Amino acid sequence: MKDIREDIAWAKINVDVMKSLENPRKLYWVILFFALMAFGFGVGCEIYQYQTGMGVENVNNPQVWGLYIATFIFWIGMSHSGTLLSAILHLMHADWRKPIYRFAEAMTTFSLMTAGLFVMVHIGRLWQFYYSLPYPNDRGIWPNFQSPLLWDAMAIFTYLSSSVLFLFVGMIPDLAIARDTMAAGWRKKLYTLLALGWEGTDRQWRNFRVTYLTIACFLIPLAVSVHSIVASDFAMSQQPGWHVTSFPPYFVAGALYSGCAAIITLFIILRYVFRFEAYMTKPILKKIVRLTFAIAMVWTYLNAVEFASVWYSHDEVSKDVLIQKMTGTYAPFWWGMIFCGSVVPLVFAFKRFQTNIPVLFAVSLLLNLGMWLERWMIVAPTFSHGYYPWTWDHEQWPSLVAWGLVFASFGWFTLLFMIFCKVFPSVSMYEVKEMVYHRTLHLKKSETAEQGAH
Amino acid sequence: MSKRHLLALYGNFEEAEAVVRELRSATIQGFDVNDDMIVKSPIEHPQVEAFLGDKPVYVQWFTLFGALMGGLFGFFLISGAQANFYMQMKGGKPIVPFPPNFVLTYEMFILGGVFITILGFLICAGLPAKRSPLYSAKVSVDNIAILVKAEEAAISVLKAIFTKHKALEIQEEAGK
Repeated sequence: MKDIREDIAWAKINVDVMKSLENPRKLYWVILFFALMAFGFGVGCEIYQYQTGMGVENVNNPQVWGLYIATFIFWIGMSHSGTLLSAILHLMHADWRKPIYRFAEAMTTFSLMTAGLFVMVHIGRLWQFYYSLPYPNDRGIWPNFQSPLLWDAMAIFTYLSSSVLFLFVGMIPDLAIARDTMAAGWRKKLYTLLALGWEGTDRQWRNFRVTYLTIACFLIPLAVSVHSIVASDFAMSQQPGWHVTSFPPYFVAGALYSGCAAIITLFIILRYVFRFEAYMTKPILKKIVRLTFAIAMVWTYLNAVEFASVWYSHDEVSKDVLIQKMTGTYAPFWWGMIFCGSVVPLVFAFKRFQTNIPVLFAVSLLLNLGMWLERWMIVAPTFSHGYYPWTWDHEQWPSLVAWGLVFASFGWFTLLFMIFCKVFPSVSMYEVKEMVYHRTLHLKKSETAEQGAH
Repeated sequence: MSKRHLLALYGNFEEAEAVVRELRSATIQGFDVNDDMIVKSPIEHPQVEAFLGDKPVYVQWFTLFGALMGGLFGFFLISGAQANFYMQMKGGKPIVPFPPNFVLTYEMFILGGVFITILGFLICAGLPAKRSPLYSAKVSVDNIAILVKAEEAAISVLKAIFTKHKALEIQEEAGK
């Protein structure tokens, strides 16, 4: 099966993608409406929390990191697949990434923006957010440059700004197409401004190629470092259940896993909403599904490694936390995580499901549920069952405000993402043209070779 | 002598390549093939670079400079701040600890590298740019354009070459 048809005219690629900016299916507006509602609910929750105090989150000692930090890790993780698709697969010359990497990059940017919100929401005193930034010491504040929390702020800032630039640079040729295609209006002005006068000259393409490749090379170690640092927030502490050497690779694998699952979900939504059936094809979906399956198995293995290292260690407190997760208050969620993260992806092993869109949509949502539960199960059980029995609190349950803000983050992300896809081309037109061109050349070569053989 | 622009559009890379080869082999008074010709294409195409010949790209030097400066700036920013911590009790631990500082230095190395690479790209690619004297939106669709700049005497020769290779369209800048 072909990833894409080689007989699609280049002009049609422009027309199809540009049409997505103006004329999506009705479902687009329905999604936008619900996203706005969810976001609005979250804004209400945040205003209430801001005015009343952090007590309304229902976290108190020993539970100091509630749903907010768990959800923060979830969104950071979600961002990693944009880098996987756009940078790693770009270096590997995987042509099939071309129609889908743009929205994956946008997903990276918006999930990082969503993650950043949770840090601010979590600290409560929003105006003191800058405490977490690495700045030279004055006024006697003493930023601790040895703390992974401070590394985190720097890593996320670097990742977010680099991802935005990577997304923008990769989009310049398409912005020029949009500039040349759009009728006069605010959109044309916007595209003219952002296209920077791109005309596709040989000088521009030459420098573009080197720049894109260079940033891709930077983004890969950056993405790995970001989630390793997030893992260090936990692993460098002495808390039972967190002080595990395998945490950084475990976090990176989890990040790629949840990101890939989100790509499947968004792939299916965009394919339908923007009528991208000719570009976001089933063979490409199949490749993402297989990639996700492989990463799911790596994640499962690393989970097993983590459990085994705790189980067979002499660290009785950590072992106790693990037993608590399996049998205590959090057991339904912990087993839910295992089911959604390790059992559900087995569906991907069956060929007939690898292109079954309703099944894949449902499975991708379950995988992300599992990955969100994973982050919650990292944060909450350790706090509830620490070193000192008199601090144990197994009954803590997040408040409606906390759930509201978690719910709202999905609305916020969806809102940003869907608006982006409506304003900017979510399929890379020039790269799809390259893909079609390469396929045509390949076919011509094969035909010539065949004729020569006869 | 003032020069005029001429733009020819072609439907595929083979035709554009043939034109460039002919322009390279011909000796036309008032037209320098290295300085006066620009090829525009809708996709990044190695073939274009191949028939235009090797031209240097300097973006990677910006990258190197940016990454090194970023890393150095990061390290000295942190160390400089830590050096002011002398009044804090460090319990015998180093005032400027290298292993944890490496993490932030590494992040700043990447940040500097990315930012200056983008700056280098804009400088080397000549962006932001004004619209060329002759421009066709068809290059954004599927045409390959050859834009030349030549003295009045060379215009008719160039036009003849473009026509010979079946240009889809020829645009000419009005005489001054």
